[in-house]
Amino acid sequence: MQFGIFTVGDVTTDPTTGRTPSEHERIKAQVEIAKKAEEVGLDVVAVGQHHNPPFVASSPTTTMAYIAAQTERIVLSTSTTLITTTDPVRIAEDYGTLQHLTDGRMDLMLGRGNTGPVYPWFGKDIREGINLAIENYALLHRLWREDVVDWEGRFRTPLQGFTATPRPLDGVPPFVWHGSIRSPEIAEQAAYYGDGFFHNHIFWPASHTQQMVALYRRRFEHYGHGTADQAIVGLGGQFFMRRNSQDAVREFRPYFDNAPVYGHGPSLEDFTAQTPLTVGSPQEVVERTLGFRDYVGDYQRQLFLLDHAGLPLKTVLEQLDLLGEILPDLRAGFAEGRPAHVPDAPTHIAAVAA
Amino acid sequence: MTRVLAISAGLSVPSSTRLLTDRIAESVRRVAGPGTEVEVVDLRPFAHALADHLLTGFASGELSELIERVRHADGLVMVTPVFSASYSGLFKTFVDVLEPGLLEGKPVLVAATAGTARHSLVLDHALRPLFSYLRAVVVPTGVFAATDDFADAGLSQRVDQAAGELAGLLGGRRALHVVRDEFEDPTPFEERLRPVR
Repeated sequence: MQFGIFTVGDVTTDPTTGRTPSEHERIKAQVEIAKKAEEVGLDVVAVGQHHNPPFVASSPTTTMAYIAAQTERIVLSTSTTLITTTDPVRIAEDYGTLQHLTDGRMDLMLGRGNTGPVYPWFGKDIREGINLAIENYALLHRLWREDVVDWEGRFRTPLQGFTATPRPLDGVPPFVWHGSIRSPEIAEQAAYYGDGFFHNHIFWPASHTQQMVALYRRRFEHYGHGTADQAIVGLGGQFFMRRNSQDAVREFRPYFDNAPVYGHGPSLEDFTAQTPLTVGSPQEVVERTLGFRDYVGDYQRQLFLLDHAGLPLKTVLEQLDLLGEILPDLRAGFAEGRPAHVPDAPTHIAAVAA
Repeated sequence: MTRVLAISAGLSVPSSTRLLTDRIAESVRRVAGPGTEVEVVDLRPFAHALADHLLTGFASGELSELIERVRHADGLVMVTPVFSASYSGLFKTFVDVLEPGLLEGKPVLVAATAGTARHSLVLDHALRPLFSYLRAVVVPTGVFAATDDFADAGLSQRVDQAAGELAGLLGGRRALHVVRDEFEDPTPFEERLRPVR
């Protein structure tokens, strides 16, 4: 089982000081956070892709390559790569190059993006979001598996005799996760290809996660990739930890109350009851996280969102230290009772060995 | 058992909107007979949960149960006070958080209260277009009650007329546009890949 962090790369004012980091600070902070994640023993760091303020994450492979050059072990991933508005040929080339530079220490998670105006900026239409995800991935899947591709679809200029370079490292295409909160078509897509399915599992009731993962597992088996409990599942999660629970609540509350997405809405107490957010002691975070298995089964990847809502870099790094401290408990807890036939998260090394 | 949910967006206690809702509910009970259960719900206690839903995108606890009751109701009575020449914000917010398709083919009786009869066209200017958009089946008679109307026997006649029309639609087969449940019965992915060559 892999543990890691994911970020959306937002620039948000710290509500307790009124200070807004510059884009430069935020981009550099992502690198610091990733290096710290490796230092505390995490397995994965995932960066976002957005093409509008207040986000700085418009070029994920640039950031990933820079992080990869300064780390040794941690797997680079995305949260998410926009399969709708990014040309699949460019995805094949950018991530294909990244795969070579990192010696296979990368994968990617595809998402659609929910900001309407971004689509027309790239010549697309959000109402075609699902169809774009299906068609663009069908092309990407072929580009990484066939040396010469003839192709014609609805959304992109046709290809005749096209070869995406570089070819995948060791002949093994990068592993792909498909992320979606509520669209059954995407769980179906992940199942069809035998790819991973990731549910962001933050800001929403766990019932959404449960429903999507159940569909994905059932259809993964239907399409003959293995039994339902062998499907490759990843979850998000969100916590704020301090040694003692009351301190965590006191410190996090102003960030919660003013956070993008859910701020100025339900109380911290209601939201932690209604969604997987945990604000409390390390022991509380361990218990809550181990409980995710109860509704999705044994799974492969757990990523946490730590750097958002304007939390300063120093605080995020402290959160990572605490996460590092509970990591042995999380690993031991998830290993307990895990059947031998449930696979680990796919990695390049394992794929080459197979 | 046939179930009718009568929803009042009245805010004051006591509320003339709730009073009208109760009268319509009672009339539906009488006309539809013992096989029909009519429940009255005030939206006021859901005001905070509705605002939270606007911000988080999901319904919490009791609001989520209320939405399920709307889903399973055979008919609805929707009653709003008139605020600034239209339905109230609370009323509209509730309608806004119902997922697309939830009211499709569902019989709905629309009603409104106001301080003056000058607002009486609100049913036809605001409520009917709203429920037409949502593809509900709105009964021909709407019930509008200005303060004066509570002293007028004509109101009872209109209530009974509308209740009779709603009751008449309750047992009928709903001309539902059947939406495939992609969780229960997913479209095979090969079908979705067809436009791709």
